[in-house]
Amino acid sequence: MEAAVDQPRSLKRRGIFAGGFEDRVFKWTTLLFAACVIAIIGSLAYLLVADSWPAIRRFSWGFLSGRTWDPVHDVFGWLPFVYGTVVSSALALLLAVPISLGAAVFLAELAPPWLRSPLSFLVELLAAVPSVVYGIWGIFVLVPVLRPLEIWLGMHLGTVPLFSGAPYGIGMLAAGLILAVMVLPIITAVSRDVLRAVPVSQREAAYALGATRWEAIRGPVFRYARAGVLGAIILGLGRALGETMAVTMVIGNTPSISASVFAPADTMASVLANQFMEATGRLHRAALMEIALLLFLVTIVINAVARLLIWSVARGAQGGVRE
Amino acid sequence: MSLPTARGAALRHVRRRAVNGLMWGWGVVCVLAAVIPLGFVLYYVIAQGASGINLDFFTQLPKPVGEPGGGMANAIVGSLILVGLASLVGLPIGILGGIYLAEFGTNRFAWTVRFFADVLSGVPSIVIGIFIWAMVVVPTHTLSALAGGAALGVMMIPTVVRTTEELVRLVPVSLREASLSLGATHWRTVLKIVLVAAKGGIVTGVLLAVSRIAGEAAPLLLTAGSNQFWSTHINQPMPSLPVQIFTYAIQPYEDWQRQAWAAALVLVSLVFVLSVAARYVTRGRFRMVR
Repeated sequence: MEAAVDQPRSLKRRGIFAGGFEDRVFKWTTLLFAACVIAIIGSLAYLLVADSWPAIRRFSWGFLSGRTWDPVHDVFGWLPFVYGTVVSSALALLLAVPISLGAAVFLAELAPPWLRSPLSFLVELLAAVPSVVYGIWGIFVLVPVLRPLEIWLGMHLGTVPLFSGAPYGIGMLAAGLILAVMVLPIITAVSRDVLRAVPVSQREAAYALGATRWEAIRGPVFRYARAGVLGAIILGLGRALGETMAVTMVIGNTPSISASVFAPADTMASVLANQFMEATGRLHRAALMEIALLLFLVTIVINAVARLLIWSVARGAQGGVRE
Repeated sequence: MSLPTARGAALRHVRRRAVNGLMWGWGVVCVLAAVIPLGFVLYYVIAQGASGINLDFFTQLPKPVGEPGGGMANAIVGSLILVGLASLVGLPIGILGGIYLAEFGTNRFAWTVRFFADVLSGVPSIVIGIFIWAMVVVPTHTLSALAGGAALGVMMIPTVVRTTEELVRLVPVSLREASLSLGATHWRTVLKIVLVAAKGGIVTGVLLAVSRIAGEAAPLLLTAGSNQFWSTHINQPMPSLPVQIFTYAIQPYEDWQRQAWAAALVLVSLVFVLSVAARYVTRGRFRMVR
């Protein structure tokens, strides 16, 4: 076994020896292109910091506490956008996570094998629909349906701040729903992969003790896959935070903070899409750049955490037997 | 707590079976809830879009508001040009970078590249748009197809890098050994043997990446811009289907909205064909490998 593992490496070394100069050129060429990935992230970070520098110097991060966004008077408070991003994403996860996890368990564990592949493909197609198509669907189909629903909710639960206010249809609720549909396939697909990575021995041990399929899933399988499933949810969160077009088209683009989920709002990504090209003042553009910088930093952290969690489960599975 | 009796055990057995069945049902409900939105979106895109699809849509330029008719020929051509430019940027970096990771990728540098590729796949598309705006649009003083292609190209890289690396790794060692033992150099072995064997999988990665960027509107708003006439100069603004859908959908003119739906239908068909093609290519691939 050991010799078989060693062999390709020794062969490779001999290959390099035989090729000499040409092989070294080949290696360094591919390395150069690989390095482009690092260069892109590096210049991305550099440009965002450099271009938002005037705003950082002027306001530092004190921006975060301002509630007013008034480009005309150079007043830039981000709180409405941060609030809109956080609440719409939270709403999306609230709706999507239970459904995604149920679907992932079904696709990974419960569905008859002949059904798994086509169903997984449908979920993948859901992820392939362009954002702007979800947006147009949201404007012309979802929002008109939401309006009567909001009127009804307002009539019966109007005293709760969450359901108070004018039922525009367009607003936070519409954005949350669209985002839920958009993050659903990601959370489902990644959780399914994580569940599939749980060693079969874990299930067999549970079955041997007399567990039903669900008991095996709820106990050992979930415990084993816990970190990875959390990673999948965080990955979905990252997607929701940065989603632009569909949200821009249904959220109403009003930088205000309201307790009601019916109220129009604005997110960090959608204010960038709406105002960046129209921004004329130096400070206005720098302030928008700083929003982009924050969005970039948040998505880096979120993706790093998510990958580590998913990786911790997937790596553990490599020694085990897969179905 | 009473002692377990035969009857109690039987009851518990029934209860556990029932919970098991209930959870199976919940799984079915969840999958349906996940797939139903797809059905809704497709239904409306087809129902609303079909009425706007005609020969004019593919051959005519947009008409000003108030004049009926017109089409999106310029946006369709623009989208194709933008995807082509994006491939010029994204494919060399993606494929050669992926080869590096698969062939020499055991060091810390390769680990960093992998991590940064993952980071890049998580960066919101609008932030990529702003990056290219600062990098290309500001120095050249104009929105251009070149900038749009660069933005989309950057977005292709993570998918292409990852699939290339995985598929190159899947090529059996015996193939390389055969080539090396015949005296071929390492680089010839990779280009003539390994890449040919991994071709199908790499094509899948490329198709998936293209299907992902073909529908992107957010970065193009800041880089390629848009216009209402023929423009094939790559150093000038260029219209594209996703941007056109966005601009038309948020206007109150019924004629434009109908065209936006038609464009959505064209875009969704394109993306689905690419996804199905990608899947078809890999299916043959994995059957061979596993």
